[in-house]
Amino acid sequence: MIEPLHSRATTALSLSATTLLCRWVVRQAAAQETWFLDALYRLQTSADEHTLHLFLGQVPRRLGKADLELTPQDLTAAHSLLPGWSPLDWSLDGAARIAGLLAFPGQRPFAALFEDLVRTADARELITLYRGLSFYPEAASLSAPVGAGLRSNTRAVFEAIAHGNPYPRDHFDLHRWNHMVLKALFIGSRLSPIVGIDQRHNPELARILLDYAEERWAAGRGVTPELWRCVGPCVDALGAYAALQRALAGSPAERLAAGLALSQTDTPSARHLLTSVPETAALIGTGRIGWSNLHHYEAI
Amino acid sequence: MYIDPHAHMVSRTTDDYEAMAAAGVVALIEPAFWVGQPRTFVGTYVDYLSSLVGWERFRAGQFGIRHYCTIGLNSKEANNEALAEGVMAWLPRFAMKEGVVAIGEIGYDEQTPLEEKYFRAQLALAKELALPVMVHTPHRDKKRGTSRSMDVCEEMGLDPSWVVIDHNNEETVRETLDRGYWAGFSIYPSTKMGNARMVELLRHYGGDRIIIDSACDWGISDCLGVAKTARLALASGIDAQVVRQVTYANALCVYGKSGQMHESDWLDPPEIDQRTLYEGNSILRGGREPRIEHPRQAADDLLID
Repeated sequence: MIEPLHSRATTALSLSATTLLCRWVVRQAAAQETWFLDALYRLQTSADEHTLHLFLGQVPRRLGKADLELTPQDLTAAHSLLPGWSPLDWSLDGAARIAGLLAFPGQRPFAALFEDLVRTADARELITLYRGLSFYPEAASLSAPVGAGLRSNTRAVFEAIAHGNPYPRDHFDLHRWNHMVLKALFIGSRLSPIVGIDQRHNPELARILLDYAEERWAAGRGVTPELWRCVGPCVDALGAYAALQRALAGSPAERLAAGLALSQTDTPSARHLLTSVPETAALIGTGRIGWSNLHHYEAI
Repeated sequence: MYIDPHAHMVSRTTDDYEAMAAAGVVALIEPAFWVGQPRTFVGTYVDYLSSLVGWERFRAGQFGIRHYCTIGLNSKEANNEALAEGVMAWLPRFAMKEGVVAIGEIGYDEQTPLEEKYFRAQLALAKELALPVMVHTPHRDKKRGTSRSMDVCEEMGLDPSWVVIDHNNEETVRETLDRGYWAGFSIYPSTKMGNARMVELLRHYGGDRIIIDSACDWGISDCLGVAKTARLALASGIDAQVVRQVTYANALCVYGKSGQMHESDWLDPPEIDQRTLYEGNSILRGGREPRIEHPRQAADDLLID
C-alpha cells in the first residue's frame, strides 16, 4: 500500500499545481488574461463563497471551452510535479476553474466546500472537479464525494477519477481500488489509463477478475483482454492456467493479452502454455507489444 | 431538424429519446417543473435541479440530442412557502450553470399571492442575470391568467422579446403576439393543443414569434409532438419556411439570447466530446450514426441479450 501524502506535502503540491495551471491558462487566455488574473486575486482575498460560485460560472463564458494546449515540456512538468498526472485531456475552462478553487482560501474545511460544489455541479463541472482531486488541500479527506463520483452512472465522470488521475493510486484503500478497476471493466472503460494499475495489483483483485471472466464466459459473453493484466502477477497462485488457455484461443488481442500475462509468470506451466502459441510468443518476444498498445490489435 | 423547446425528459424512457432522435429532434429544452409528486424538502428540489444539468444531459447526449434546461420554481410548489424560500436561495447558483437557457417555467397555477410573490422574484432574477424567461400559463382561468402574466412581466420591467408565454391556445394567442411576446404552443393530447388546430393557427398567424413544443411529461403526452406537427403542417400546405420557424429557428432565436445555446452545438460538435458527454453525429462532417450504448429492444423482438 502506498503511504498517503502528508498534508503539508499536499499543500506544497497545491501551490505548485496552481502555478502550473495559471501559467497554462494565461498563455491561452488572450484578451481575457486581465479578467482571469483579477478574478484570481479576488478569490485569494475573499472569504465569501459567492465569489467562488460566480467565478466557476463565469469561467467557460469568459475563456471558452477549448482544449488546453500543452507542449511536451508542459507534460514533463506535470509528470515531475506528480508522477502519473496527465493533463492531456484537460480543457482551458477546467484548468482555470481548478486554479481558482485552489486559490480560494475559504472559511470551512475544504472537504465541506468540495461536497457542496459537487452537489450542484453540472456535468462538465463534475468532470473538472474530480480531475483536480490530487491537488486539493487535505486530499485524503475527500473520501465521501470521491465515492459518489465513482458510483456515477455517467461514464465521463467516473473516468475523470479513474483515468490519468493519480488520486486513486495515492489515496484509495484496497477495497475501493479493486472496485474501481472492476467497475471500469463493467462499463467498458479501458484499464491502461488508470494511474498505478501495475503498482497496485493484488491477489484479491486478481481473484475477483478471474471470477468475473468466468461469469462472463458462462453467460456467453466475452471479456476485455486488458483484464489479464491484473490477473497476470497471480496466475500461479490462483491456478488460473485453464482460464489463460481459454484466452489464448480467443481474439488476436485476447491471445496477446494472455501471452503477456503468461510471459510475466516464470513457471513451467506458463512456459508450456506459451510454447503452444508460437506466433503469439514470437510477437511478444519482439518487445513491441505492451498493455498500453494492446487495443490496437483488437481489429486484427 | 427540430428543436423541442419544452420536454420533461426525466419522466421519459430511452425509447422516447431514440424516437425523438430518429424523428429529427437535434436539441431540446427541459424546463424545471412539478414532477407530479410534490417535493417537501428543499434538498429533493436541489437534487432535481442538479439532475437537469447533469444526468439528464448525459442521457440525452447518448442519443445524439443536445439537452438544455431552464431553472425555476414552478407555480404549484411556490405555494409551499417554506420550500419556496429554500429553493429561491439556490436558484442563482443553478441559473449560472452551463446550458441553462432561461428562468422557467414560472408563472401561475391558481393565481395565489404566493405564486405572484415568487413569479415576481424570479422575473427579477432573470433580469439581473440577463436570461430569457419561460412562462407557464395556467390551465384554469387561462385567458385572464395569461394576460395577468404579461402584465406582471411588464411591471417588472422585462422586455417581451425575451419572454416566451407558453401553452397558448386560440383564445390567448392574439394578445400574446400583439404585446410583443413569443407564443409557445404545447401539442399535448386532450388538455392543451392538438396539431390539426395548430396547423390552422399557423395558416392564420404565420410563423413569426410562434414556437411549437411537446411539453411531454409524466402524463399521456407525445414526445414526437413537434415532429408530427411539422409533418402535418407541411402536408397541409403550410410554407416550409414557416414550419422551420416554429419548429426550430424561433426557439433557437429566443433561448439563444442566453448565450448558452448555439446551432454549432449540434451541427459541428467535437469529434468525441468527452467533457460535454455528447455522442452525436457531426452533420457538417458528413454524419456518423449516433452511438447509442444500449440500443432499444424492439417490442416484438423475443430475444433479450
